[in-house]
Amino acid sequence: MTMIFGIPLQAFLGQLLIGLINGSFYALLSLGLAVIFGLLRVINFAHGAQYMLGAFAAMLMLQYFGINYWFALVLGPLIVGLFGALIERTMLSRLYKLDPLYGLLFTFGLALTIEGTFRYLYGAAGQPYSVPPQLAGGTNLGFMFLPIYRGWVVVVSLVACIGTWLLIEKTKLGSYLRAATENPVLVQAFGVNVPMLLTLTYGIGAGLAAFAGVLAAPVYQVSPLMGSNIIIVVFAVVVVGGMGSIMGAILTGYMLGIAEGLTKVFYPEASNIVIFVIMAIVLLIRPAGLFGRDA
Amino acid sequence: MAPLLQVSNLNAWYGESHVLHGVDMTVGEGETITILGRNGVGKTTTLRTIVGIIRERKGEIRFGGRDMLGVPLHKTAHAGIGFVPEERGIFSTLTVEENLTLPPVVAEGGMSLAEIYELFPNLKERRSSPGTKLSGGEQQMLAIARILRTGVRLLILDEPTEGLAPVIVQRIGEVLKKLKERGMTVLLVEQNFRFASRIADRFYLMDHGRMVADFPVRELPDRMTMLHKVLGV
Repeated sequence: MTMIFGIPLQAFLGQLLIGLINGSFYALLSLGLAVIFGLLRVINFAHGAQYMLGAFAAMLMLQYFGINYWFALVLGPLIVGLFGALIERTMLSRLYKLDPLYGLLFTFGLALTIEGTFRYLYGAAGQPYSVPPQLAGGTNLGFMFLPIYRGWVVVVSLVACIGTWLLIEKTKLGSYLRAATENPVLVQAFGVNVPMLLTLTYGIGAGLAAFAGVLAAPVYQVSPLMGSNIIIVVFAVVVVGGMGSIMGAILTGYMLGIAEGLTKVFYPEASNIVIFVIMAIVLLIRPAGLFGRDA
Repeated sequence: MAPLLQVSNLNAWYGESHVLHGVDMTVGEGETITILGRNGVGKTTTLRTIVGIIRERKGEIRFGGRDMLGVPLHKTAHAGIGFVPEERGIFSTLTVEENLTLPPVVAEGGMSLAEIYELFPNLKERRSSPGTKLSGGEQQMLAIARILRTGVRLLILDEPTEGLAPVIVQRIGEVLKKLKERGMTVLLVEQNFRFASRIADRFYLMDHGRMVADFPVRELPDRMTMLHKVLGV
C-alpha cells in the first residue's frame, strides 16, 4: 500500500477531501460574513441561523410541495435572502447610528429566536435529506472512492465563491460596494442609494449562507442546531483571514478546512481545536489577519 | 431671474455644537463664487450642509427653485449638485477608471470619458492603477474629473488647491476656467487668495458661522486691508 508520511495514502486523501468539503462550507459562509461586515460593519451572528434556514427551506419545500433539490438550490437562497433584506430594512438598519455592539447583539438575538423556534417546531434531532438522484453514488478514482455529491459540493461552492468575488471586483455594482465600504457618505452624496445597497448586501450575504445550507442538507443532517455548530468555526476563519477581506475569507476557508482534515490524519485528538490554535497564533503575529489590512 | 442656489438663514449643528448661525448666500447660474474665511469659521460646514451630508440643519436651501432640505442625500446629486470634498475621497480599492465612472450620470450635458481623458491625459495613462496610487495633484484632478461626467449644474469644491504644487494649482485654475466657459456654476472654499482671484466672479467672507461680506472680484483690491485684518494673513 502506498504510504505518505507513514499514513496510508487512502486515509490521507480521504481526509483531504473531507477537509476540502468542510472548507467549502467555511469559505461560502465566511465570504458572506466578510461582505456583510465590510459594508454594514455588522458582525452577523445570524449567519449560522440563515445557513440553517437554507437547509430547512430545502427540506420543507420537498416535504410539503415536492420541490426537488435543484429548485431548492435556487429558491432556498432567494427566500432566505428576501427574509434577510426584510430584517435589514425593518430592524437592523435602525442600529447603524449606534455602537456596532448593538448590531452584533441584535443578530445574536435573532439567531437565538430563529433557532429556538425551529427547535420548538422540529426538535433538536437532525432529519435526513437525501442526495438528489442525479448526484447519487460514487466513483472510484483508483486511489479512493469519491461520493459524487461531495465532489459536486466542492466544485459548486468554488464556482459560487469565484462568482461572488467577480461580482464584487469586476462589476459596476461591485465598485459601488467597494467604494461604499470605504466611504459610504461620499458614495451617497454622489447619488448612489447606499441604504438600498446595504439592504441588498445583507440579502446577498443571507442568501449565500442559505445556499451553503441547501448544499449542506444532504451532507450533514438538517437540524436547528447545524448553524450554531459551524458558525463558531466560521468566525475563527474570518478572524484568521482578516475581517472585510473577500479573497482572504475564501482562501482561508479552504485552507483551514484542509488543515482540519489533515490534522485528523496525523493527530486526530487535535482536529477539533486546530482551527482555534491557528487563530490564536495568527492573532499573536498578525492581529489584522492573514489578508487583512492593518487598521 | 432667481439664482440657481439660494441659501437663507441656514443653521447647522454637529451634535450639540451649533456651527452655522444663519448663513445667507446666493449663487447665480454660471457664476463662480469663492467663500473666504479663517480656519474653523464654518466654510467646509457650509458646503457639506448644502450638499446634505450634514443633516442637522434648519433654514432654507433652494436649488433651481426646489427646496432641498427634505431631499435625501442620495438624491442631491440627481438634483444637480456635484461635490469634491476636501480630502478628495479617492477610493483605494477602485482603479482610476472605476473612480472616474463611480458617480452616476444624473443629467445630459456632462463630459464623456473620452473628453475627460483629453482634458486629463495623466488619468488615461494610469486608468488601471489603484486610485490612491496617484500623486496628490492627480488625485485632485480625478476628484474633479469624476464629477464632470455626471452632468451636474453646480460644482461644489472644498479647497481644491490645498497642499498642491504651484504648477498643479495653475492647471486646476485652467480646468475651472474651461468649465466656466461651458457654463458650469462653481462654488468653492479656498485659502489660496491669488488662485481664487483669478477664477472667482464674486466672494463671500465668512466669520463665526455667517457671511459677513459679499463683493465682486473688481472690488478685491479696495477690500484687501479689511480682508487681511479678518483673515489674519
